[in-house]
Amino acid sequence: MNVRDGANLARIRLTDEEAEEYQSQLDQILQYVEQLNQIDVDGIEPTAHAEDVFDVIRDDVAIATHQLSQEAALSNAPETAHDQIKMPKVVE
Amino acid sequence: MNAAELTISQLREAYSKGDLTPADALQSIASAIDETDGDIGGYLSYDLELALKDAESVDLSKPLGGVPIALKDLINAEGQPCAAASRILDGKYQSPYDATVVRKLREAGAIPFGRANMDEFAMGSSNENSGIKPCRNPHDTDRIPGGSSGGSAAVVAAKTAVAALGTDTGGSIRQPASHCGVVGVKPTYGRVSRYGLIAFASSLDQCGPLTKTVEDSALLLQTIAGPCERDSTCLDAEVPDYTAAIGQDIKGLKIGLPKEYFAEGLDPAVKEKVENALKTLESLGAETIEISLPNTDHAVATYYIIATAEASANLARFDGVRYGHRSQEADDLLGVYELSRDEGFGAEVKRRILLGTYVLSSGYYDAYYLRAQKVRTLIRQDFTTAFEKVDVIASPVSPTPAFKIGEKSSDPLAMYLADIYTISANLAGVCGISVPCGSVSEGGSDLPVGLQLLGKPLGESDLFRAAHALETA
Repeated sequence: MNVRDGANLARIRLTDEEAEEYQSQLDQILQYVEQLNQIDVDGIEPTAHAEDVFDVIRDDVAIATHQLSQEAALSNAPETAHDQIKMPKVVE
Repeated sequence: MNAAELTISQLREAYSKGDLTPADALQSIASAIDETDGDIGGYLSYDLELALKDAESVDLSKPLGGVPIALKDLINAEGQPCAAASRILDGKYQSPYDATVVRKLREAGAIPFGRANMDEFAMGSSNENSGIKPCRNPHDTDRIPGGSSGGSAAVVAAKTAVAALGTDTGGSIRQPASHCGVVGVKPTYGRVSRYGLIAFASSLDQCGPLTKTVEDSALLLQTIAGPCERDSTCLDAEVPDYTAAIGQDIKGLKIGLPKEYFAEGLDPAVKEKVENALKTLESLGAETIEISLPNTDHAVATYYIIATAEASANLARFDGVRYGHRSQEADDLLGVYELSRDEGFGAEVKRRILLGTYVLSSGYYDAYYLRAQKVRTLIRQDFTTAFEKVDVIASPVSPTPAFKIGEKSSDPLAMYLADIYTISANLAGVCGISVPCGSVSEGGSDLPVGLQLLGKPLGESDLFRAAHALETA
């Protein structure tokens, strides 16, 4: 594994020191998890959740008590303008 | 008097006799925190004014009427900060809503009071990964309280909280409960709503109580358990009367002892305490049977693939856009994402995001993530097979008592391996409890040891019955 590729995918800008440290630690952890390759998993279904519950849906109606006001939704935003979240310009 | 010295039941009694009011209780706990928490670091903050306001309208006739409950810092409670002990949220986020567990606490009359310290985003087994400040074990302040719900366990043990809520993804309630000498319950996956909890690994996370007694844990779980229309993984199953299990005898209870959990690596002094507890349970009429959970050796590897994969997806939301830290150095969109995350996340969180991103990435997904999910099936089957023969499974919680701060912090893998006895329960989705079973002497300190009992899915009543029998023996 190249830690810089992972960092790019994960949108974390690492310093050189961080990259070097994580590279060796993650290599060690990946070496440890290699043990799973020795297990015969042919024909075994993967488990995504510990319980067999599928396709839970509810009626498609808005529930008043489940809504945040615009003010509450924006209350934690780092920067706002005109009741919207402000971001750096994307298009030149 | 300090109300946090009381159990929930004792506090309720003091209210009903008129010896104490919720306002008195809150004020006394705030004083206790001011006096003693500086050495422990169990709390990140508390808001006495807000709690006193809640206390004004509290209904003392309700099951938890007027009882203050400390919250692990990843549980949203309206008007309170909620930072998961991370710099990416610290001082920059106030909950605009209540988590379902907090709503249920309020409906039962409880008062959410105090933000408990934790490992950042619940990633850790020692609380050394808190992005805000260290937390120490009240039994020996040179040692870790355990993690990730280290603050929740420490404040109950230090008598600066009546009781607390934590979360358990791979042992994060049971292990600190064991190290701090309190009772901690990881409910069956889906027993308690995860709505409003900052997610670490969604298929493993469960919220549960940390308390001074088994009865208090039963009371608290009773309150927070049950279906939730805002969490589709929350089970649509009725909540039994857990307190009814308190005081029931354990004659004929079949307790499985997994041979893999008593093998090498277990500290002899811890082993002795656990074996003594098992003898006590036998003397009360329980029957112990050796069982095998053959895939135990693969649990840590499986867990660290699945948990980090889920974490890498869950923590993508911390991008400097809608809430939390936004880097002041960024001058374009990519810079906002990358610099905010680099500045905001601590080392362990970055390590896990990087690992999780890698195991999910194109070309590696089948080799790591899919394979781990298949091994998870095998681990689950181990438990299904075991529970055909026994009612509960008993084991140590942690291979050693609380270790010294700094002892393992430079070796992430060594830290992960210490989770060996607790991790499988999360992968299998079964419930578990840690109940104190004595203490061992190390370096001049008496360090608590917990007994872990694991139960069938939705078998929490069996855990309460057996744990209470041990507690009162």
